[in-house]
Amino acid sequence: MVNSQSWIPHEVDVERPNPARMYDYYLGGAHNFAADRELAEQALAVRPALARSARLNRRFLNRVVRYSSELGINQFLDLGSGIPTAGNVHHIAQQRDPTARIAYVDNESVAVAHSTELLAGNDYATITKADLKDVETVLSAPGIAGLLDFDQPIALLTVAVMHFIPDSEAPWEIFQRYHSALMPGSLLALSHCTVEGLAPEWTKVAELYKSSTTPVYPRDKAELERFFTGLQLVKPGIVDAIDWHPDEGEQETERSGFYAAVARV
Amino acid sequence: MGRGSGVIKFRSPVKDNPATDDGGGPSTHGFADTWAATIWPTGFVSMSLRETQLHLLNTTQRLVAALTDPTQTAQLGRSVGEELVDAHFTNPEALELSLSLIASRLLKDFAPQLRHINNAELRSRLGLLLGAIAAGFSTALRDVTFSEQEQIRRAGLLARETTERDLRGSEARFRAVFAGAAIGIAIADISGNILHFNPAMEQILGDSSEAHLFSSVAQFVDLDDAPELWSQYQRLVNGEQEQVQSEKRYVRPDGSVVWADMVISLVRDDNGHPRYLVVLVEDVSERRRLQTTLHHQALHDPLTGLPNRTLFFDRLRRLCNQHDSTKRIGLCYLDLDRFKAVNDSLGHHVGDKLLVELAERLARCTADAGHIVARMGGDEFVVLVEDCEGTRQLKLLAEQLLEALAAPFEIADHQLTVSASIGLVEHQAAGADPAELLKAADITLYWAKSEGNGGWALHESERRGRQVARYELSAAMPRALAHGEFLVEYQPLVRLRDSVTIGTEALVRWNHPVLGRLGPQHFIDLAEETGQIVPLGRWVFEQSCAQAALWSAEFGAQAPFVSINLAVRQLRDPGIVAELISIAQAYDVAPQQLQLELTESEIMGPSDEALERLRTLADAGFVIAIDDFGTGYSNLAYLRRLPVQALKLASSFVTGLQQDPNGDRVGEEIMKTLIHLSHILGLHVTAEGIETDEQARQLRDLGCDNGQGWLFAKPGPPETITEMLRPKT
Ligand SMILES: C[S@@+](CC[C@H](N)C(=O)[O-])C[C@H]1O[C@@H](n2cnc3c(N)ncnc32)[C@H](O)[C@@H]1O
Repeated sequence: MVNSQSWIPHEVDVERPNPARMYDYYLGGAHNFAADRELAEQALAVRPALARSARLNRRFLNRVVRYSSELGINQFLDLGSGIPTAGNVHHIAQQRDPTARIAYVDNESVAVAHSTELLAGNDYATITKADLKDVETVLSAPGIAGLLDFDQPIALLTVAVMHFIPDSEAPWEIFQRYHSALMPGSLLALSHCTVEGLAPEWTKVAELYKSSTTPVYPRDKAELERFFTGLQLVKPGIVDAIDWHPDEGEQETERSGFYAAVARV
Repeated sequence: MGRGSGVIKFRSPVKDNPATDDGGGPSTHGFADTWAATIWPTGFVSMSLRETQLHLLNTTQRLVAALTDPTQTAQLGRSVGEELVDAHFTNPEALELSLSLIASRLLKDFAPQLRHINNAELRSRLGLLLGAIAAGFSTALRDVTFSEQEQIRRAGLLARETTERDLRGSEARFRAVFAGAAIGIAIADISGNILHFNPAMEQILGDSSEAHLFSSVAQFVDLDDAPELWSQYQRLVNGEQEQVQSEKRYVRPDGSVVWADMVISLVRDDNGHPRYLVVLVEDVSERRRLQTTLHHQALHDPLTGLPNRTLFFDRLRRLCNQHDSTKRIGLCYLDLDRFKAVNDSLGHHVGDKLLVELAERLARCTADAGHIVARMGGDEFVVLVEDCEGTRQLKLLAEQLLEALAAPFEIADHQLTVSASIGLVEHQAAGADPAELLKAADITLYWAKSEGNGGWALHESERRGRQVARYELSAAMPRALAHGEFLVEYQPLVRLRDSVTIGTEALVRWNHPVLGRLGPQHFIDLAEETGQIVPLGRWVFEQSCAQAALWSAEFGAQAPFVSINLAVRQLRDPGIVAELISIAQAYDVAPQQLQLELTESEIMGPSDEALERLRTLADAGFVIAIDDFGTGYSNLAYLRRLPVQALKLASSFVTGLQQDPNGDRVGEEIMKTLIHLSHILGLHVTAEGIETDEQARQLRDLGCDNGQGWLFAKPGPPETITEMLRPKT
């Protein structure tokens, strides 16, 4: 499929803060530019707990990958994979099964370039530059169609990414379209930022992101339920990331600001 | 994923370490667990708490070793600091918490293992250790930071390169399209300043030296003034409309004219703001020319190039539909005197040339005034005077026309002097009936002729004029019949399959002492109205029977049948059936030798009695045919209920066969269907008005039974047919 995106590429703009690199900064990484750090610091000034949130979201990702592996799933499609900071999906998954296959997808060229370098030599992991909204393009991309076997279960990860898609583009429909490409036994994981029941500072953080390349659209639980219409949620359903299958001794009390949920196909 | 990723490199335990006997003993575990619990929440680690505890167990052993062996204190201390960074405890808070934990708890927790070292020494070793840890942490953090910064820079560069390559690719593709397109493309900023245009645009709108002419999109819009287009363009620029489309005429700098189909589209930026205008221009001159030509062909006479009947009526109808009651129109209906003689003696070829020259003179004569001259058919022309100033103007025009024809025509070595007669009609335009106007002009023309050739007559008041004309004609009819002014001519009906003449149509003519030879169209209607049709019809029938008898006698079974026109008015006469039968008997002609033609429009609605009589005639053996089929309601289905055996198709169908400039075969399809349906109904089909071999061939191929027309013969005296039928010697 030829879409306008591939015909006329967007320019790389390192002058504008980018959520992927800001996120890396929250996670203590140095894969970021001055502009990213500046906006990240502003966000941290409003809400110092942001760094913790990022970590807790990352913990969720980590647990979901382990959860999938324990179910015997050894294929992962990670949409909006970002800058591969510590504890990446392929690392966790390949620790258990060195032949586990991981297809990363991101639409941010720096993140993609970075992943390309780091994944060089790894036969079981690919990075594809694509917009996850172009479901057909993603599913037919060589890095995905050529790596993953869609006749076998796949864990689909949309971790801290769906909140970058506005209602006008119906992210729940996109989610459902991926769903229909998956075999029974597959998993769909979602983490999504929210301001529901949280201090007003969180809303301010979301406002700040408007000046980044990608604004954020926090959603309530009720809105997230739409993503899972007709799907069977793994217990405990849609909960704050801290409450989704926490590891022993890691129970947190303060919320992360991310809703997390996993469904089985 | 290298440094900075989740790979945790466990450093091998230090060899020869006297403190290792404690191994994973309770104090080591306790310390490591506390340490992990302290720093874990500050970390960015992907390790779970449990993994962190395990990890720090080893590190704790190293700490104890560093205190035990003074030669290793600094080195081991640094490695502990590095390890924290490697495990992603890169947050300075993690270092701070670690150092204070070690400072406050290490000596206490491991007192048993360290008891052989004195206190002061231990304190100094601890100070050294803490410093070394901090140094190792900073160095490692600096290294990681540098390396990650370098990675992200490289990634940034790589990304930019990739994007630029993609951009170049897309730009190359765009350039190829831009340069190679047959469509003219111009790109402009939102204020309409043209930034680029492609070679095709230059080619379409003029040569490159004039390129500066297209500097603004406004010029495209302004090619001619179209206020609607302008307002659309404004809406486009304001982002309220996405596209403007228009077909425009553009005069190139060299004066040539191009017709352009133009589309201006709005291009928005990522935020949806209007950014560029793209103008696409397609040269549609050829297409337009073709359209115009086709249009012209449909509305013009192929021989003379003058407007044809259709165009004339179109124009006349439009004039009559207006509401301005002060507007008047004038018609000059012109017809050559004795044109038939030219055709007969010098041939069609000369006749045609004469008509062409005549048309030219008429056109020249009226060009300045802007009147339309149309050829109505044959040698009949009409001049339409719009905005007529009165009868004076018309009379003057008639004089001018006659004068224009006065000079002899030089055609193919012949000097031809011709004269023409003109009928003039002048009338209010609004509400006039075009057909009535033309009829009036036609009648007036005959009056002009009746007053002697080469003159004109003015239709005074239509009603009076027509009444006079009609009255005089109808009054003259009985006497004319008695004086033998009528005669019957015969036109052969030919079987297309083998070109054998199988029948003839009897056609009545009136040799009017003043008006000359009149065709049936001039007096049959009148005769029907006055009832004269009855004696006239009887006379024609009798003549035809006499002729049929002669042919029968000479040719026997090969004798042609005679087809006679029968008016419905005749059928209303109760005695008609008996009369026709007795006449046929008197001449000893079998009814099968006689065909009775009724026109379609008449037969579709005859009274029950007339229909009954028709049935009786059919029962008696007469062949009943429908004439001019296709000009009326063309209701084939209705024919089933009539005692009809043959159908004569109006000549317009035959003409329609060839009018297919686009290879369009509609006419042929219609004909085919008609013939097919007729055959299903058991009817014989005769096509009228065949003029060319091609038409005859086509009709034969379509299964048409018989043909009639100039191709075979014009109506003529019966002797011509007799000659035709006689075997050649
Ligand atoms: C906050 S990061 C999350 C990274 C990782 N999934 C995690 O949770 O640790 C979000 C990533 O999604 C990417 N992203 C945002 N919108 C996207 C889209 N429409 N298609 C693909 N990637 C997208 C951003 O470039 C960024 O790298």
